[in-house]
Amino acid sequence: MSTTTTHGVAKGRAAEETPAVPRRRGVRGRTLNFWLFTGPFLIGLAVFVYIPIGWSAYLSFFEARYTVTPSTFVGFDNYAYMLTNEKFTDALVTFTVFAAIVVPITWALSLGLALMVHRIRFMKAFFRSVFFLPTAVSFVAASLIWKMSIFSGVRFGLANTVLSWFGIDNIAWLANPDPPWYWLVILTVRLWLQAGFYMILFLAALQNIPQELYEAAAIDGAKPGWQTLRYVTLPQLRATSTAVILLLLVAAYQAFDEFFNLLAKTTWGRPPLVELYYTALGENQDYGAGSAGAMILTLLICVVTLLQGKIMGFGRGEESK
Amino acid sequence: MSAMSSNWNRRSVLRAAMGLAATGGLAACGSNTGRGGGAGSGVNLVQYFHAYGEAGTEQAIKKYAAAYDKAKVTTQWITGTNFESKLFSALLTDNAPDVFEFHPQIQLVKSGQVADLTDLIEPVKDDFNQADIASHTIDGKIWGVRMIDDPQFFYYRKSMLEDAGIEPPTTLDELVEAAVKLTTDKVKGVFLGNSVTPVMNPLIWSTGANTLDDKNQIAYHTDDVAAGLKKLRTMFKEGHLLLDAPADWWDPSAITQGLVAIQWCGMWAMPVIQKALGDDVGIFPFPTSADGGKPAVTNGGWSMFVNAKSKHLDEAKEYVKWLWIDQKEYQEDWSLSYGFHIPPRTSLAESADKLKSGLAAEGVKLFNEYGNFDNPAWTQAMIVALEGVIADSVRKGGDPEAALDKADKTVNRELKKLFG
Repeated sequence: MSTTTTHGVAKGRAAEETPAVPRRRGVRGRTLNFWLFTGPFLIGLAVFVYIPIGWSAYLSFFEARYTVTPSTFVGFDNYAYMLTNEKFTDALVTFTVFAAIVVPITWALSLGLALMVHRIRFMKAFFRSVFFLPTAVSFVAASLIWKMSIFSGVRFGLANTVLSWFGIDNIAWLANPDPPWYWLVILTVRLWLQAGFYMILFLAALQNIPQELYEAAAIDGAKPGWQTLRYVTLPQLRATSTAVILLLLVAAYQAFDEFFNLLAKTTWGRPPLVELYYTALGENQDYGAGSAGAMILTLLICVVTLLQGKIMGFGRGEESK
Repeated sequence: MSAMSSNWNRRSVLRAAMGLAATGGLAACGSNTGRGGGAGSGVNLVQYFHAYGEAGTEQAIKKYAAAYDKAKVTTQWITGTNFESKLFSALLTDNAPDVFEFHPQIQLVKSGQVADLTDLIEPVKDDFNQADIASHTIDGKIWGVRMIDDPQFFYYRKSMLEDAGIEPPTTLDELVEAAVKLTTDKVKGVFLGNSVTPVMNPLIWSTGANTLDDKNQIAYHTDDVAAGLKKLRTMFKEGHLLLDAPADWWDPSAITQGLVAIQWCGMWAMPVIQKALGDDVGIFPFPTSADGGKPAVTNGGWSMFVNAKSKHLDEAKEYVKWLWIDQKEYQEDWSLSYGFHIPPRTSLAESADKLKSGLAAEGVKLFNEYGNFDNPAWTQAMIVALEGVIADSVRKGGDPEAALDKADKTVNRELKKLFG
């Protein structure tokens, strides 16, 4: 469920060069066109996003067990319950650990892939496609493959087979949390699925770096390799990097599928969305507490995003390009 | 087309188009409910089933439904491991099933989600296993029709135990010991499910304790249970349990493929296991875990319920009566033709030849002697709380007492909500 969008990344140049469309219609025509184009989207947004959020806010103040049309007002009880609920606070910690690990690794891996594919002289299109293809696989399908064939705990699981060549005993990758091998499974499946997509973003940005910069750097005596990468390429990729990190953070916030499918009946390794799913939709059917948790999570996401914007200067204007 | 009216026309057309787009999108959300168009005179009913593993089960359920002539019955065959979440959330919507299978749990009754079926069952009440009637009776009314009873116990490979020179374990300590002796580099000793949770209740029962007492208060939190959890932890830690198997405990693959010597599974898998292993298989209950305890078997099973908020409540009840009370031929087919289940109808159970000899007869004996039926006051949230105990103490290696204390909090919160 990592819905991510590409717009705004490395496309600014193309947009600027498009000639302005001559105005032919009056104000009324433009208003009509505005609603025509945005209307269906806005309706969808309202019905599927804003109404549920509003409903959720409403539910969070009620005792809502086995119902979404409750009648018992309980004030902030649900909030108090969720904030003192170890499972939920643990989930927030889990997420922080997860994001702190997965974001930099995915960033580095997709940048590395992009640099390699960009450099390659033959079969470029082939490698680009090969690395991008996993993006088209669903998280659920990939999780099942990871769980049942690659990281299966039996002796014929792929990972265990490879380990057995070196005389290492079978490992229960997912069932046994000590040592926490399940992170390896979760991180690799996410990397495999996501790295290709961000590689494409970096590739686009790499192709946008003017060749003159490299020529100028060479004349100034910069050695190809690390020096050029550090002082020419990376600064030129700053805007894309910022966008990629933001998108990765959003995707990490949305983490659900692989945790839900890989870890069954655990008390660990649950990001907030999985925890809230079990609270509201699973065995508890406690929509009040679930909604309160969702509100707390929403607030946290807003704060973190604003902070990140402040620190990294995303959307501050064109000067970062 | 006159210039005067073109503006108006264009706007109205666009408005209509937008309206269509919006309603089309909305209608699409609810389009795949399994209901037909509603044309014609017949009533449409929707029934939910979890995906049974045995070959032919889905076709059988659809065949029974097709044979019913008073309503068109559509089956939703829910795959995946979270049938209960899908069912619970569907029950809150207009697309809820009219009829569904589940286990008797009191919150379904308290929240008004299931209809009273007393008048359906009352005439044939004496022909049901009385334990099944008891587990479906809440506040003097009967809320569901039991379809099948599913005892769960251990299967073991006779040859492997012989080779290791051991008898089927009769105490938990012997099981721990057997696991040590049976584990080789190719075969693990025991399979208790990938999450180890299926044996939580049997462990409690085999110490002589219970999940709840007669007054609906916590009865599982005893020293014996904590000690039993530590023994499970030993097997887990030492690597004598099969873990992360591609097919979980309800599927007989682990034992039929020779991955394990002893597996916790259900009677439903018996035909497949016997076909694969022939005579090289035996069964035994969860062994005694404490002085004063006795071996334990989980008498699970599935029951039919009617959604109390169904728009076709009477028709839905009529269908349940037709299939699960009147059509004995189909009930027998459902119990015995695919996996093995014990029919809850005494008359059917007595005439079931397939359950009268060999291993199946032993299974019935375990069911009768050591079986523990559902307690409707033990709800899904409490089940999950004890799964957390297994996770914390057996898999993670934490202190069983602390894990049980944590579960107590959740269970008490539930009990308070249900019983005040």
